Amino acid sequence: MQTEGKPQFDHALVPYGVYFKVWGALVLLTVLTVSVSYLDMKHVRVLTALLIATFKGSLVVLYFMHIRFEERMYAYMIMVVLATYAIFIGLTFVDYWYR
Amino acid sequence: MSSQPAASPMSLPNYLEARPGILSWLTTTDHKRIGVLYLASMMPFFLVAASFAVMFRLELFSPGQQFLTNDQYNRLLTVHGVVMIFLFIIPGIPAVFGNFFLPIMIGAEDVSFPRINLMSWYCYVSGAVLALISVAVGPPDTGWTFYVPYSVKTHPNVLLPMAAAFILGWSSILTGLNFVATVHRLRAKAMGWFEMPLFVWSLYATGWVQIVATPVVGITLVMVLLERFLGIPIFDPARGGDPVLYQHMFWIYSHPAVYIMVLPAMGVVSEIIPTFSRKKIFGYRYIVFSSIAIAAIGSLVWGHHMFTSGMADVARIVFSFLTFFVAVPSAVKVFNWLATMYKGSVWLAPPMVWALMFILLFSIGGLTGLINASLSLDVHLHDTAWVVSHFHFTMFGGTGVIFFAALHYWWPKVFGKMYNNTIAYLAAGIFFFGFLATYLPLFFAGARGMPRRYADYLPEYEIYHKISTIGSWFLFASLLLLLGNLVYSLFKGKRAPISPWGGATLEWRTATPPPTLNFDGEPDLSRGAYEYPEQVDHD
Ligand code: HEM
Repeated sequence: MQTEGKPQFDHALVPYGVYFKVWGALVLLTVLTVSVSYLDMKHVRVLTALLIATFKGSLVVLYFMHIRFEERMYAYMIMVVLATYAIFIGLTFVDYWYR
Repeated sequence: MSSQPAASPMSLPNYLEARPGILSWLTTTDHKRIGVLYLASMMPFFLVAASFAVMFRLELFSPGQQFLTNDQYNRLLTVHGVVMIFLFIIPGIPAVFGNFFLPIMIGAEDVSFPRINLMSWYCYVSGAVLALISVAVGPPDTGWTFYVPYSVKTHPNVLLPMAAAFILGWSSILTGLNFVATVHRLRAKAMGWFEMPLFVWSLYATGWVQIVATPVVGITLVMVLLERFLGIPIFDPARGGDPVLYQHMFWIYSHPAVYIMVLPAMGVVSEIIPTFSRKKIFGYRYIVFSSIAIAAIGSLVWGHHMFTSGMADVARIVFSFLTFFVAVPSAVKVFNWLATMYKGSVWLAPPMVWALMFILLFSIGGLTGLINASLSLDVHLHDTAWVVSHFHFTMFGGTGVIFFAALHYWWPKVFGKMYNNTIAYLAAGIFFFGFLATYLPLFFAGARGMPRRYADYLPEYEIYHKISTIGSWFLFASLLLLLGNLVYSLFKGKRAPISPWGGATLEWRTATPPPTLNFDGEPDLSRGAYEYPEQVDHD
């Protein structure tokens, strides 16, 4: 299973510049999260924060963890986990919305 | 037994003898040795936690204060809960038997990441040491659930036990990760997904729950510490926090954790019952899918711990419904086991006796769970001795009993020694009696209003507590007898043959004890996991 049928790489998969760009994007998104928390967004406040966080997490998973360049199966597995957390949070909010 | 073939007809040294010396154990990456290390480090904690329970049960023998102050009672109770949950029942079956047998059962030489596997044991030991230190410097009094606001405010230290739980969480995640990777990557080529033994399936499903749910509790514990030490108001309502959020997050992990405990146990039952009925497991695929369904639905029912915590009504109804729902796949399994035994040639060897005990005790635990799941009833039963009884029936009568079943089933393979059957039966019998005597009265006391986590009670509850305390003596004695019998066999037991029970999974087709890389040559995959040579086909 391990490496058969897969190309062998003798150089870095992603140019280092990409990592720095991703890092920059993460910093900017953090700034965004903090800034929007000052807006009065009432019901969508948590949702906004979660969306930004999910986007940041995806960047980390895709680039820093190389999932973009791996077998599809890993992406599916991670999606299952993501969906699970979405359900966890959704169910928790069944409490908060109706309280 | 002596007429059986010698323990190993093969030439390779077995894993116990492969490398001598303590150091070779402490640096081993052999999944079997790691399983044994887990077993050896877990049992002392189990016995200590059990003896704590015997102590505080003694306090409850009569109303009024006997020999423990309220404070001491709370602390003993908390340590009992923390150790039993985080050091025994959650790691229990996967870390000991999963580590030892999962690779063998799928024809692999080891797990995918053997070093990470060793690291998970060191995490376990570090967590255990932290828990010990916390007991030495002043045990916590929060109860094992560390609920806020109490855990943020109480005087005794909570940092150490929480840090212990946090690190034990790593250990659990690493084990789960290893199992998932191993099943995907190292399964023998000839073994399809639906040819894997059911124990492996259950560990696979559990592995996912360990990976997905455990980080949640890690984060939660860190949040409590942030609030406690840095004053960040996450759970303090006066400053915009929400204490119920703690309960959500805690149970998002800790409810799935009960499936981390019980799914592997169900997997063990699915191995033992066909072996001792000499009959192919009934409804293989249904058992597989019910494991997955339990892992999935079981992750969504945490709110049933919070029916009286001030959740919204809608949420309470949703969680109540989901909880009823999770009973369905569990019942599917029970029916499959019973159907497997039906018309089989049942052999009541000690492991089978424990497995049957499981079916009875776990069913009581599960059915009383349905009562708890009914919103209206739970308002009355919540935080009473009823719940204490319910969860001992599921965790102890369920997973704990299967831990012992697995010990008796696989002991000969792991150590190459047969234990004394008569004593094993005797221990099982005393256990059964002691168990019922300890916990059945608590159902009655609880339904009549006896609260849990109380060091004292009104005189009308005395009779229940008297019976329960006496029961706990039998229970504890049976545990000593059971473990003593096994340990004694290490020194005086007869040599075990390759397959003392005639099991059909791969571990019974390699030497006893197995060689370091599990098989001498290629594993023999000519027969399925549930095809017994002398199988009787009943139509
Ligand atoms: C000798 C065997 C045992 C005895 C006599 C025993 C007895 C008890 C009793 C009487 C309580 C409730 C005390 C109270 O609410 O005031 C309790 C609590 C508890 N037990 Fe056990 N138990 C035993 C084994 C186990 C096992 C094997 C487990 C886990 C699998 C376990 C897990 C717990 C937990 C989690 C609590 C709750 C602690 C808390 O409220 O924070 N016990 N035990």
